Amino acid sequence: MKAALRLSLVLLAACGGDDSGLDDAAPVIENYATIVHASYQETLTKAAAMKDAIDAFLANPDAAKLTAAQSAWIAAREPYGQTEGYRFYDGPIDDPTNGPEGRMNSWPLDEAYIDYVDGNANAGIINDPVGFPTLTKEIISAQNEKGAEENISTGYHAIEFLLWGQDFDDNGPGARPHTDYLTVGGTNQHQDRRGEYLASVTELLIDDLTFVNDAWSPGGANYGTDFQAIDNREALRRVLQGMGSLSGSELTGERMGTALDNRDQEDEHSCFSDNTHRDLRGNALSLQNIYLGRLGSFDGPGLDEIVAARDPALDAKMKEQVAASVAAIEAIPMPFDQAIMDDVDGRVKVEAAIDALKAQTDTTVEVATLLGITINLE
Amino acid sequence: MKDLALIALLAACGDNASGGYEPGEELAGGDTTVFDEGANAFSLAARNLIGDRRDKFFVGNSFFKRAWVTAPSSTSGVDGLGPTFNATSCAACHFKDGRGAPPQEADEQFLGLLIRLSVPGVAADGGPVGDPSYGGQFNHKSILGVAAEGNSTVTYVEVPGVFGDGTAYSLRKPTYEFTELAFGPFGDGIMVSPRVGPAMIGLGLLEAVDESTLVALADEDDADGDGISGRVNRVFDVRTQGAKIGRFGWKANQPSLEQQAAGAFLGDIGVTSTLFPDQNCSAAQVECTASPGGGVPEIADDKIDEVTYYSQLLAVPVRRNFQDPAVLRGKVLFHEAGCASCHTPKLVTGDLAQIPEVSRQTIFPFSDLLLHDMGPELADGRPDFLATGNEWRTPPLWGIGLVEVVNRHTNFIHDGRARDFSEAILWHGGEGEAAREAYRMMPERDRDAMIRFLESL
Repeated sequence: MKAALRLSLVLLAACGGDDSGLDDAAPVIENYATIVHASYQETLTKAAAMKDAIDAFLANPDAAKLTAAQSAWIAAREPYGQTEGYRFYDGPIDDPTNGPEGRMNSWPLDEAYIDYVDGNANAGIINDPVGFPTLTKEIISAQNEKGAEENISTGYHAIEFLLWGQDFDDNGPGARPHTDYLTVGGTNQHQDRRGEYLASVTELLIDDLTFVNDAWSPGGANYGTDFQAIDNREALRRVLQGMGSLSGSELTGERMGTALDNRDQEDEHSCFSDNTHRDLRGNALSLQNIYLGRLGSFDGPGLDEIVAARDPALDAKMKEQVAASVAAIEAIPMPFDQAIMDDVDGRVKVEAAIDALKAQTDTTVEVATLLGITINLE
Repeated sequence: MKDLALIALLAACGDNASGGYEPGEELAGGDTTVFDEGANAFSLAARNLIGDRRDKFFVGNSFFKRAWVTAPSSTSGVDGLGPTFNATSCAACHFKDGRGAPPQEADEQFLGLLIRLSVPGVAADGGPVGDPSYGGQFNHKSILGVAAEGNSTVTYVEVPGVFGDGTAYSLRKPTYEFTELAFGPFGDGIMVSPRVGPAMIGLGLLEAVDESTLVALADEDDADGDGISGRVNRVFDVRTQGAKIGRFGWKANQPSLEQQAAGAFLGDIGVTSTLFPDQNCSAAQVECTASPGGGVPEIADDKIDEVTYYSQLLAVPVRRNFQDPAVLRGKVLFHEAGCASCHTPKLVTGDLAQIPEVSRQTIFPFSDLLLHDMGPELADGRPDFLATGNEWRTPPLWGIGLVEVVNRHTNFIHDGRARDFSEAILWHGGEGEAAREAYRMMPERDRDAMIRFLESL
């Protein structure tokens, strides 16, 4: 199969097409697929641990179990942030027809569509037993997708909102009491329905993570296998498109530039838990991982190897810049929502991180050009 | 190689305006043109937008994509959805900055197709008068606790026709129905106008076309006797509180991208702005009026400005296959049939304040931005400022060949009734009738060449 494919590629190359000069990329592509799957698997494992903690909390709500569920959510976000470099090329995570990304990580959350908010004690599906007599993952999912684009009411940030509540504290996260889930003597109304909603969106998240994990599972008839069979140049184009899009438009523009521009507390991804600084760090790390072919302590063939073979100086520059981006993001004082309002220090550091990511984006384009690949960034 | 020889031959014939390859014609958006033929082809910043000037584009893009949420919310910058609305974000209907479509299945909700409403009369600003209970646009969605205005459905009847060579075709004619109307029947003499969300590309270039250029293109009384009498719409400009030439929207009823954006925020998402400060809740809509808003205004001026900037600087993608012999043959036929009388191929832009990237560019929008009588079959029967119930603005055709790649459909015409290019041409009536007949009577080979040309745009 692979041999036949290579042959046809050689033929293509002979007609001025496609794979010329990228013979050494095959191990990099294979390793990329391995790492993508390993990161999704870790993400799924951590999400399953979070589900266990949430189930335990809902079975017998108390303050300690709420804290444990919150810690499990924070732990589950760590690997997810590092998967976001696998977006932006219509892979399984954001496939235009069935990609679950919008259901998993959409933001901003429509809080008042889910539960009570400051100023409206009766808001949300949870407090509407007439309109929504039963709450299951199917019903909530259908609601989220109605008309293709609906009020955002599922995913990590829905779970986050249900664990922390709205954040009105300048110096800390939201402070939802565990009593919101006590069916006897609890605070706020419909405690049982709040529990059902939380359990349902957690199940839904596990389903969606399982879907992307399966799509990259080695040896299956799936996207990951197809990805390793397409020609090297196209596979690398996708890899670089994902990297350039995350560091260029998504991180510098959407997640940091816009927040900086707005100067608005809570204009941040994990606004209920004040965990945005970790989201951003995970994203920057994702880019470094992809370039180096690395995940945690594992280091396989990465783009760095094939770039170094062609242009050692460019490889050195890229390595330095991906590390500099991670460092610049780590230097932003937490919480992020205070940093974007602090003219003296926080905003300067956010701007420095944006500049680091912009430089890295430009170098990503240079890497693509070196490999004879055109990527189109917004 | 083969192409080159052919071009040399064509060039030798000396014709380049209506046939042959005109050097640079593939750069539809001039220096803004981008080289992407994929699913993101409509989402890219102008190629000549460089350095820090791209920052604001990204922020605008963020607000274009961002979903608005019910007020009050932690994310106070983007709360104020509804109370009634059509979609929660701009990008919902302009998916990937592209073109909307009618529902593809019978039970699907409207998204990317909205319905304008009015009753007879002329409002104080010279525009249409909204329905007394439902306002100027039908909002089929609402936040929790507020009634949506109702539901709308579209059904189609097949209308058979025959090409000149005897080949049969069929067009689908839409009928719109409204059910579950929350505030009783529509007002007397209700006029209903369905419209899909158009692609967002090249809008700044169109805004940069001088008014004098549009006036010069107009031929209101058909002085040249070609059966085409394009005219400008003159509409109310909210910022200057005066009349201005309209150039955006299916009936050219918006004078600027700023007003278009602010109007859509209010009409489509239910978000108030400085230009449009009042929620669109009619007197009958009590829950709507009583709902907490997301601040006054709900979207800040600088965000409107950023979304406007974004819409001004979305690039036009490069043409494909522009030297293919069939495409060049189609181009000749396009001109010979008279399509280019309204779908003006080439314009030169003037100066747009603060946006040098779109200023003084040679562009190929295939539109004159003027109103034309398109006959009774396409008429919505709903006047809009100077536009009569029969008139529509010539929609630009640039990028239209990529709609299938970006938006995964080929539904054209203002309400998406045409299922492909051929049907879109066959729906043309009124001033477009002669061109349509020319196409209908062509042999299959020529019809195909015309389509190939459109696909290359």
